[in-house]
Amino acid sequence: MATTVVAEDTARARSRLGDRVFSRLALSAGIAILAALAAVFIFLAIEGIPGLAKPAEFYGDASNFWGYVAPLLFGTVLAAIIALIVAVPLSWGIALVVSHYAPKRVATPIAYVIDLLAAVPSVVFGLWGISVLAPRLTPAYAWLDENAGWVPFFAGPASTTGRTILTAGIVLAIMIIPIITAISREVFAQTPRLHEEAALALGATRWEMLRLAVFPYARSGMVSAVMLGLGRALGETMAVAMVLSAGGGISFNLISSTNPASIASNIASNYKEGTPGKIQVLIATGLVLFLVTFLVNFAARWVVQRSERRLAR
Amino acid sequence: MSTVTPTTPVRPRSEAVSFTAAKLPRFAPALVAVVAIAAAALPVLFMGAGAITWAVLAGIVYLVALPLWARAVEGSRGATDRLVTGLVWAACAVAIVPLVSLLWTVVDRGLPAINTTFLTFSMYRTDLDQEVGIYHALIGTLLITLFAALISVPIGIMAAIYLIEYGKGNRLARWITFLVDVMTGIPSIVAGLFAFALFILLFGPSTRMGFGGSVALSLLMIPIVVRSTEEMLRLVPDELREASYALGVPKWRTIVKVVLPTALGGIVTGVTLSIARVVGETAPLLLIAGLTTRTNFNVFAERMTTLPVLIFTQNANPGIAETPGGIRPGIEIAWGGALVLIVIVMLLNIVARTIGAIFAPKTGH
Amino acid sequence: MAKSITVDDLDIYYGDFLAVQGVSMTVKARSVTAFIGPSGCGKSTFLRSLNRMHEVIPGARVEGKVMVDGQSLYDSAVDPVAVRRQIGMVFQRPNPFPTMSIYDNVLAGNRLNSKKMKKAEADDIVERSLKGANLWNEVKDRLGKPGMGLSGGQQQRLCIARAIAVEPQVLLMDEPCSALDPISTSAIEDLIHELKSEYTIVIVTHNMQQAARVSDETGFFNLKAAGQPGHLVEFNSTQKMFANPDNEATEAYISGRFG
Repeated sequence: MATTVVAEDTARARSRLGDRVFSRLALSAGIAILAALAAVFIFLAIEGIPGLAKPAEFYGDASNFWGYVAPLLFGTVLAAIIALIVAVPLSWGIALVVSHYAPKRVATPIAYVIDLLAAVPSVVFGLWGISVLAPRLTPAYAWLDENAGWVPFFAGPASTTGRTILTAGIVLAIMIIPIITAISREVFAQTPRLHEEAALALGATRWEMLRLAVFPYARSGMVSAVMLGLGRALGETMAVAMVLSAGGGISFNLISSTNPASIASNIASNYKEGTPGKIQVLIATGLVLFLVTFLVNFAARWVVQRSERRLAR
Repeated sequence: MSTVTPTTPVRPRSEAVSFTAAKLPRFAPALVAVVAIAAAALPVLFMGAGAITWAVLAGIVYLVALPLWARAVEGSRGATDRLVTGLVWAACAVAIVPLVSLLWTVVDRGLPAINTTFLTFSMYRTDLDQEVGIYHALIGTLLITLFAALISVPIGIMAAIYLIEYGKGNRLARWITFLVDVMTGIPSIVAGLFAFALFILLFGPSTRMGFGGSVALSLLMIPIVVRSTEEMLRLVPDELREASYALGVPKWRTIVKVVLPTALGGIVTGVTLSIARVVGETAPLLLIAGLTTRTNFNVFAERMTTLPVLIFTQNANPGIAETPGGIRPGIEIAWGGALVLIVIVMLLNIVARTIGAIFAPKTGH
Repeated sequence: MAKSITVDDLDIYYGDFLAVQGVSMTVKARSVTAFIGPSGCGKSTFLRSLNRMHEVIPGARVEGKVMVDGQSLYDSAVDPVAVRRQIGMVFQRPNPFPTMSIYDNVLAGNRLNSKKMKKAEADDIVERSLKGANLWNEVKDRLGKPGMGLSGGQQQRLCIARAIAVEPQVLLMDEPCSALDPISTSAIEDLIHELKSEYTIVIVTHNMQQAARVSDETGFFNLKAAGQPGHLVEFNSTQKMFANPDNEATEAYISGRFG
């Protein structure tokens, strides 16, 4: 009798110990994530904040940090906006084909192919952009310069290499299409059948059904898909660094050979020659990029959460 | 029963019923497509434009002509519907083109570079005629990714276990979920800068080591692992856990013996996909792992080349072609490396999907 | 003027699977016709084939004839969109558009056709439709509120208002009360009584008492055996159907011996 009690006690003690150890392990993994993120911020700050107030010679042509980072930020945002303008309609189109237009045996391979596009490493996109896409676009740029030169975006002189911010934007667009497509496709497909049938039963065409039932339901998902794509486009480094021939400050001229660099591509191209002081400046620009992408992603999540609450009501 | 009839009820329309709205014939889209291709061929023939111009023109002619015709016959609703249908399919076609072009180019230009020398030699040479290859970069990629996985898989899985099994919506868990979201959005170059800042603070300003790259990559991997594991654990039905508790099994053994094995397939899929995602990362490794021509097996010391970094630098400094106008050696190496990299990534993806399909929870019957 | 429906030897397929076989019947104008039968016997499928809603499922097709007012629904020249405009439908679960107000929900169908509607005209349609659906008094003070805020029974009446707002000839109802409580159910049944003076109504129901209460004629659908297609066993006046059916299987089903 006594022995069994003892045995049970030790078993219980062991399981209690096991539970304690295991839950602590899980907890510390969770805390490790918090710590990692805090560390990212702290170490970037330690190394980057001195970069905010260096003597003027560290900032090239600019006189202070903000003068240095402004054209880079401009280039980052410009390339990302071009990417969005190209990618968003295409992505929504593909998502609709997969969710509502194509029969299943066509839709599945299309979805698969687009997912493949997501798996291609950015350095390969860069390689393709510089050696295939850019030369193909040169005649188009020359044509735009000749025929649409009065539009400030196409003021020219057209780049002869095709390595312009517009090319970079198009490569970025191809890279973010899978992201926007994947999320949009999912929210389109999640539209309750009931609402779609309600629209069809009123005599709606397919497009009217999409407008009546699908888009209102999917709106927040579509917005957050775009925001996540934007976040990716802002932070993408290699494709831009490889494709873009950077140089020159803020300019809306999309097809010339003097383009603003992006923050990320500027870091990738300049870290090597960097003295410790110069590297602090680069890290400070990285901090700016971090904050911008953080805000964009944060906004995307916020949109999603708000609408989830709205639909749950 | 007295029913109150509404004063002015809606009634069925009294005019004659017709279900036959005027419609374009069924072959209309095909006909317009043929005409559009033919019409677009004219400028191609007379002005010598290329195939791309032809395709673009034909697409535009189709997207204008069909809705106009439909508008004349079916009215504006039918026209809009046809326009949108044309547009979404066009979007699809346009997006497939770059992918096909990219894959074709990589295979076309990469294949000639690949042979056993290319895969088994490094770029370190003692005299100029020596053959070179990407062996050192393969080893670098393998080791750095391996160590990244060693860091992120345990942390990621345990964190997901905390979120699902222990946290259950408490304040800390909500914060972790939120920050995992934030981490998903960290630009890879920022992850690289972090590792760089961390290691130069710890080991001095000119530190370069493969492990730094692993740290940067794990920052990108962890959120993917947490996310996919979380999703899989959520799919494990609570009945299973309760059945185990009812047998007197302690919680941690329930998790290890019941919950994790049930979700294993999905977790492995998630981990494989996360590896596929970071194996092609360039930016962070460029900063902290550096570049070397030699094969380095020690992730904790000295520079280490990875495949993406090799592609980037070879493309940036391609060297001089042996014959004038020929392919420059660096470009050839870059494409060969790109092909190898894509093959690795695609294999990882296929493996992940296969595992996912095999272990997919059997739903319903 | 509401129309009658004549169905002649209709087969309904999903891909290669024959779901409903050989149905022939005539649905009288301005009456209520009910379909009853065990689950999976194809009565909902058949109902949806009357306004070509079954085509929403890929691979669905029919063989045979459905004539409404002398026109075949499955003629090659017929536009399914036009069919659904003339033959409205109310679903099992109320499905007002979640992002729209009550007002906009009622007008959803009308807005598809006439882009510009005068405010007065729109107000008039909303009021008449909601009155027609016995909902006006309950919602007239909150027309701008979302349709999802109503109770289940009110939502279903809102869906009926939405369906009659486009002035269809026929109303198809697919188990309209199955998601509702008894009080809401009786409100809908009252409404069906009123609507039949203007519309041809076809209703699928699981509830035999409901069929007996609301319908003039009843069709009993059944499966020959598990895995076999559904078919129409008997079609008769409701009175006869429930008092003295011609078919043994019908009697067995109605008296509760199976199903």
